[in-house]
Amino acid sequence: MWTTKTFLTKTKRGNILKIVREHYLRDDLLCGSAACNVCPHKDDECILDVQPESICALFDYNHYLLIDTNVVLHQIDILEDDALKNVIILQTVLEEVKHQNTAIFQRLLEIIGNKRRKFYSFVNEHHKDTYIERKPGEKPNDRNDRAIRKAAAWYLEHLSIKGLTGHFPKIVLLTDDENNRKLAQDDGIVCCSVKDYIENVNGYPGLLDKLSKNVMPENCSKDALYPAHLTPSQIHAGIRNGKLHQGTFYASRDNFLEGTATVNGFEKQILLQGHIGINRAIDGDIVAIEIFPEEEWRKPSDIVLEDKAEDPGDLLEEESILLNTAKSAASADISPTGKVVGIIRRKWRQYCGILMQSKFPGATRHLFAPAEKRIPRVRIETRQSDLLAAQRILVALDSWPRNSRYPLGHFVRALGPIGDKDAENEVILLEHDVPHARFSEAVLACLRPDDWTITEEEIKKRVDLRSICVCSVDPPGCTDIDDALHARPIPGTTNGLKKYEVGVHIADVTHFVRPNTALDKEAASRSTTVYLVGKRIDMVPDLLSSNLCSLRGGEERLAFSCVWEIDENANVLNTKFHKSVIKSRAAMTYEQAQIAIDDSSRQDEVAASLRTLNALAKTLKQKRLDNGALLLASPEIRFEVDSETHEPMEVQAKRILDTNSMVEEFMLLANVSVAEHIAGEFPQSALLRRHPAPPPANFNTFLKAAAQQGFELDVSTNKAFSKSLNEAVLPSRPFFNTLLRIMATRCMQQAVYFSSGTLAQEDYYHYGLACPIYTHFTSPIRRYADVVVHRLLASCVGADATHASILDTKYAVSLCENLNYRHRQAQYAGRASVALNTHILFKDRVEVEPAVVLAVKRNALQVLIPKYGLEGPLYLPSDKFIYNEEEHVQICNGVVLRTFDEIVVRLSLDSTNLQHRKLVFQLVKPVIPGFSYEEMEVEAVDQPEIEIVDITRTKKRQKKDDVQIVERPQVVIDISKKKQETKSKKKKGKK
Amino acid sequence: MPGPDLLSSQGLRLDGRRPNELRRIRCKLGVFTQPDGSAYLEQGNTKVLAAVYGPHQAAKSKMSTEGVVVNCQYSMATFSTGERKNRPRGDRKSQEMSLHLRQALSSAIKTELYPRSQIDIYIEVLQADGAAFCASVNAATLALIDAGVPLRAYACACTSSVAWRGSQPEPLLDVGHVEEAAGGVCLTVAALPSTGSIALLEMSHRLHMDYFEVVISRAMQGCRDIEVILDKAVREHLAEGWTKQDIVTI
Repeated sequence: MWTTKTFLTKTKRGNILKIVREHYLRDDLLCGSAACNVCPHKDDECILDVQPESICALFDYNHYLLIDTNVVLHQIDILEDDALKNVIILQTVLEEVKHQNTAIFQRLLEIIGNKRRKFYSFVNEHHKDTYIERKPGEKPNDRNDRAIRKAAAWYLEHLSIKGLTGHFPKIVLLTDDENNRKLAQDDGIVCCSVKDYIENVNGYPGLLDKLSKNVMPENCSKDALYPAHLTPSQIHAGIRNGKLHQGTFYASRDNFLEGTATVNGFEKQILLQGHIGINRAIDGDIVAIEIFPEEEWRKPSDIVLEDKAEDPGDLLEEESILLNTAKSAASADISPTGKVVGIIRRKWRQYCGILMQSKFPGATRHLFAPAEKRIPRVRIETRQSDLLAAQRILVALDSWPRNSRYPLGHFVRALGPIGDKDAENEVILLEHDVPHARFSEAVLACLRPDDWTITEEEIKKRVDLRSICVCSVDPPGCTDIDDALHARPIPGTTNGLKKYEVGVHIADVTHFVRPNTALDKEAASRSTTVYLVGKRIDMVPDLLSSNLCSLRGGEERLAFSCVWEIDENANVLNTKFHKSVIKSRAAMTYEQAQIAIDDSSRQDEVAASLRTLNALAKTLKQKRLDNGALLLASPEIRFEVDSETHEPMEVQAKRILDTNSMVEEFMLLANVSVAEHIAGEFPQSALLRRHPAPPPANFNTFLKAAAQQGFELDVSTNKAFSKSLNEAVLPSRPFFNTLLRIMATRCMQQAVYFSSGTLAQEDYYHYGLACPIYTHFTSPIRRYADVVVHRLLASCVGADATHASILDTKYAVSLCENLNYRHRQAQYAGRASVALNTHILFKDRVEVEPAVVLAVKRNALQVLIPKYGLEGPLYLPSDKFIYNEEEHVQICNGVVLRTFDEIVVRLSLDSTNLQHRKLVFQLVKPVIPGFSYEEMEVEAVDQPEIEIVDITRTKKRQKKDDVQIVERPQVVIDISKKKQETKSKKKKGKK
Repeated sequence: MPGPDLLSSQGLRLDGRRPNELRRIRCKLGVFTQPDGSAYLEQGNTKVLAAVYGPHQAAKSKMSTEGVVVNCQYSMATFSTGERKNRPRGDRKSQEMSLHLRQALSSAIKTELYPRSQIDIYIEVLQADGAAFCASVNAATLALIDAGVPLRAYACACTSSVAWRGSQPEPLLDVGHVEEAAGGVCLTVAALPSTGSIALLEMSHRLHMDYFEVVISRAMQGCRDIEVILDKAVREHLAEGWTKQDIVTI
C-alpha cells in the first residue's frame, strides 16, 4: 500500500546542522476530481465537480483552478468570495502559506473545510508522480514554482486518461509571477494572472472590488514620495550592531503626522514625526528605528492635526506646520526622536470605516476613512461607490508603495447603513475583535435537543435538592440566570450560636459543554459573553444560556452547589461541593427581593430565606471590609431602550440595593471557597484570579487632588486606604465620597486570570477584595474561566470524569492569556456601546447638568456628570486660562478650577464628523465672561432664529474675506462666541 | 497538547506516512563472521548493528545456577546524531538502555537452558532518528536467532505517540525523531507478539488515562507488524544462507 522510496532533505540552521529527514512517496493519494476514473474515490471524496462551469469569459471550457502561493497570500478575500469554486490547493502552497502567515492559513483552511466551496487540497509533495527534488543551486521558491507546474501538468494528463469521451476538465493555473507564467506556457499549461481572470468574471459584481492591488517592489524609485525601507537582512545587521532599534509603532490619536514607538532600553517612548519619520508605518506594526543624535530631539507637539478631507493626490504636505511648532520646544520635555527605516512585521487587520467618495463622478478610486483614528486613510478601488457611500464598510490593507500618499487596500464587505444600530454594533464588535459570527453547525450539533429533560439516572448521581427552597436574584430582564441561593436554619448550636445551612447553586454548564468538543472550543475562544446596550453576544448558544442552563423559576435544573454551614456571626464551619438538582422557587429581580425582605407581612419560606441571607451577607461584608477590602465605585448607567425602535430613551445611574450586595457577598464567598479548594488539589494548573497592588506612583495626582480638599489619604496598604476613604466625608457634599472612590478606581490595576503554577503563592493576592486567593466560579454561562473552574472542582470532588487538558500547565497559561484579552476587549466594547448610545440619546437634545471635575489637564477639564455617569473633556482655551502644573489648577480672571470642584455644564452632540461624533461640554457655572455658556431660559424662544442668522452671517463673512478653510469644530466655537456677543448686546439693550 | 501539527489536514504525517504505518524496515542477518550471531537493521533512518557472543561460560561473579545471564551493552556512535557528540561508553543513558534491553531480551530467551553461562549482546547505534531502542531490540532478536540461541518468541519493540485530529486522539505508530522532538508522549513497548505478553513498557511525558488504551493497542499492532517483517527476513536468510554454507562445507 505504500512505496518505500526514501528521500533526503537537508536544512541548515543557525549553527549549520545537517538534518536528514525521511520523505515517503505514496501511490494511494487521490486527485479529488469526480471526472477521474483512475483514483479509487469513495463517494464523499470527490470534491471537484465533473463539469466545473466556467465563470470567466477568457476560458470557455470547463476547468479547475490551480493557484500559487502568492495568490493565496494576497487575494485571500477573493478566495473567500463564493464566486470561485473547483479550486485545487496544493500542499506546497498550503505549507508556504502556513509559514508566511498563520492568519491567512487559518482562513484558507476554513475555505477548504467548507464543502460547498469545492476546494480540494492535493498532497502533491507525497505523491509519487508529482514530487520533485530541488536541483543543485535552485532557490526554494523556484523549486516550489516548479512543483506547482509539475502538479498542474500531472493533473492535466491524469484527467485526460480514460476521460469521458474527451470532455474532461482542463486546468488553469493562476499566478501573478510573469516568469512562472512563461515557464508554464512552455510546458503547455494554461495560465492567467488573477487580475485578468477576475476582471473577466461574469455575474459576480463586486468581486473585482475585493481584488488586492499589485505590490510594487520596494526598490522601484519612480515618483517615490517615501524613502525605501531597508531589507530584512539590512535591518537584522543594523539591530545587531546597535545602529537600529526594534520597536512597536503607536500612531497618535490626535495628530496623524506623529507617533511613538516603545523600544527596549529607552525609558521614554521614541518620537516619530512627519511623513518621512513615520515612513508608512501603521499603528501596531513592529518597526526598525534609527534614533537621531541628541541635538535633534524634539518635544511631542501639542496640536491637533487631522488629515484633510480632500484627496490631495500623491503629494506630501503639512510637514511645515508640524515641524515649526515642534522646533521651538523647551529643552526640558524633549523626548528621543528618530525615524522609521524599515518594517519588521506588519500587524494589519481589517478596518471598519466609511467611504469618502471622490469628487469626480464615475471615478473608481476613492479614499476610505477608518473609524479608528490611529489608522491613516486608505485608497481603495470600487465601482459601487454610490452604493457604499452611505454604508459602514470593512476594508483590508494590501500594501503601501513608495509612490502613494495613502496605503492601498481593497473593499471586503459592507456592514450596513451609517447610523443604523446593527451596523454600528457590528463596527464595535469588529473593532474590538469580538467573535460574533453565528454558531457553526458543528457547535450546534453538540447541543441537546430543545425538549431535553433531566433523566432519572442523572438525578441518582446527584444530590437531590429539589425540595429545598432555592431562589435566584438578578437584574431585571436577565435571561441567563447562573446563580441561585438558599438558606435555612439547622438544629443544634456551636458555641451558643445559631447555625444555618447556606447554599449557592451555580448552573451546571459543564454538564452540557463537554471538554474538547466543538462547542467547548468555540466557548473557549469567545471566553466571555459580551454585553452591548440592548444586545448580548453569547458565549454559548442561546438554548443553553437562556434555557437549559439558566436556573429559571419553577423548573428543574442541574446545578453545581456549594453548601456551607454558617453560624450566626457568619463563620464558615463546614463547606461541601457537589453536583445537584434544584428547582428554583422564584426568579426575582433585586427590587422584588428587596420588597420581599422589607415587607414584614410576608412570612413565606422565600422571604424567610432571603432575610437570613441578607443578615448573614451584612456580617460577611463587614468582616471583609475589616480585612481591608476596598469599596470602589464606578459610574454605571442603564439605558431605557424603546421596545420598538431599540433606540435609547433615557439614561439612569444604576441603583444599588441591599439585595445587590447580598448576592455579591455569597458569590464572593463561593468563589473564595472554590479557589482554596482547587488550588490545594491542582497546585500547578488551577485557574485563579489575582489583583496586584497598584504601584504607589499611580496615586500621585489623586493624592494631590484629595489634599486640596483637605484630606490626607493613606495608601500604604489596602486596609489603611479603605479606612481613610471611609473617613473622607464632606457632610455638605454627599457625592464627594463616591467621587473619591470613582477616582481611586482609576488608580487600580486590572485584575487578571492566571494559572497557579506560574506564580508564587504570595502573588495570588487579590488587592481589591483583600483575600489571599480568589477565582471565578459563579457565572459559567457567561465566562469561560468559570467553566474551567467547574471542571477542576468537579474532578476534585469526583463528580465528573477528569480529562487530559486539566493538568496541562502550558495549555492553562495560553488559556489565561486569551481569557484576559477577551475580557478586556469585552469591557472596551461595552464602553464603546455605551458611548454610541449616549450619542444617539443626545442626537436632538441639549441639557444643562451639574458636573464635577475629575481631573485638570493642560488644555481641558475632565468632567463627570453624575446623573448620567457621563464623562468627557471640557476644553479650555490656553489664551484665557493659565495652567498651574504644580497644583493642577486652571485659573482665569480669578476663577480657580480644581479637581473635585462642582460646576454646571451644557451638553450637546457635535455630529459634524460622522465617524467621530462626540459630546461637547460647555461651562455654564462658574461664570467666566467671554468663555462660559450663558443660560438663556427667558429667550429660549428666539434662540433658534439667532443661531440661523449667525451661521449664515459667519459663512458669508468667510467667503468675503477669503479666509482659508477652517475646520468645522472651530466654526462652531466661533458661532457660540458670536451668539454671546449678540446676546449680551441684547441684554444691554433691554436694560 | 503538543504544539506543531503532527497530522496534516489530509491525515498524513510529516514524512508522508499515515498514522498506522511503520517506517521502512530493512534488515540483514549474519553481517559479521567473528561474533556467534549478528544483524543489521534499518528502521527509517535509524540504523543499528547487533552482535551476540555465547552462550559461553560466565564470569565467576555473575554466574547464576538458575539460568543464563544476559549481558547487554548499548552504545551510540559519535556520528549517530545531527550534532556530533563524543559519548563515553557507559554514560547514564546507555546504561539505562542496556538495562532495558536486558529486561526485554531476557524474557524472550529460554534462559533456563543454560545455567552458569552467559550471553553477551552488543548494540551499536550507527544513526539515530527516533526509536533507537526499538530498533536495538529488533536487531538483537535477529542477532540472537543468527547465533542459534533458543527463543520463546520474537521480541519486537515499537513506539507510539498521539496526535490530535480536531479533538479526536489519533495514535501514531513508530515515532520518528521529528515527532519525538515535538514534545508529545512517546510510549515504548517491547513485546512477544506471538504470546501476546509485554516484556517492557516505558513512557515519556504524561498521557491521560482515557487515551492510554488506544495508544498501547496501536503500539502492540506495530509489534505484530514488525514480527511479520522479522520472520520474513529470518526465513529469507535461512533459505539463502543454508545453500551458501552447503557449498562451502561440502
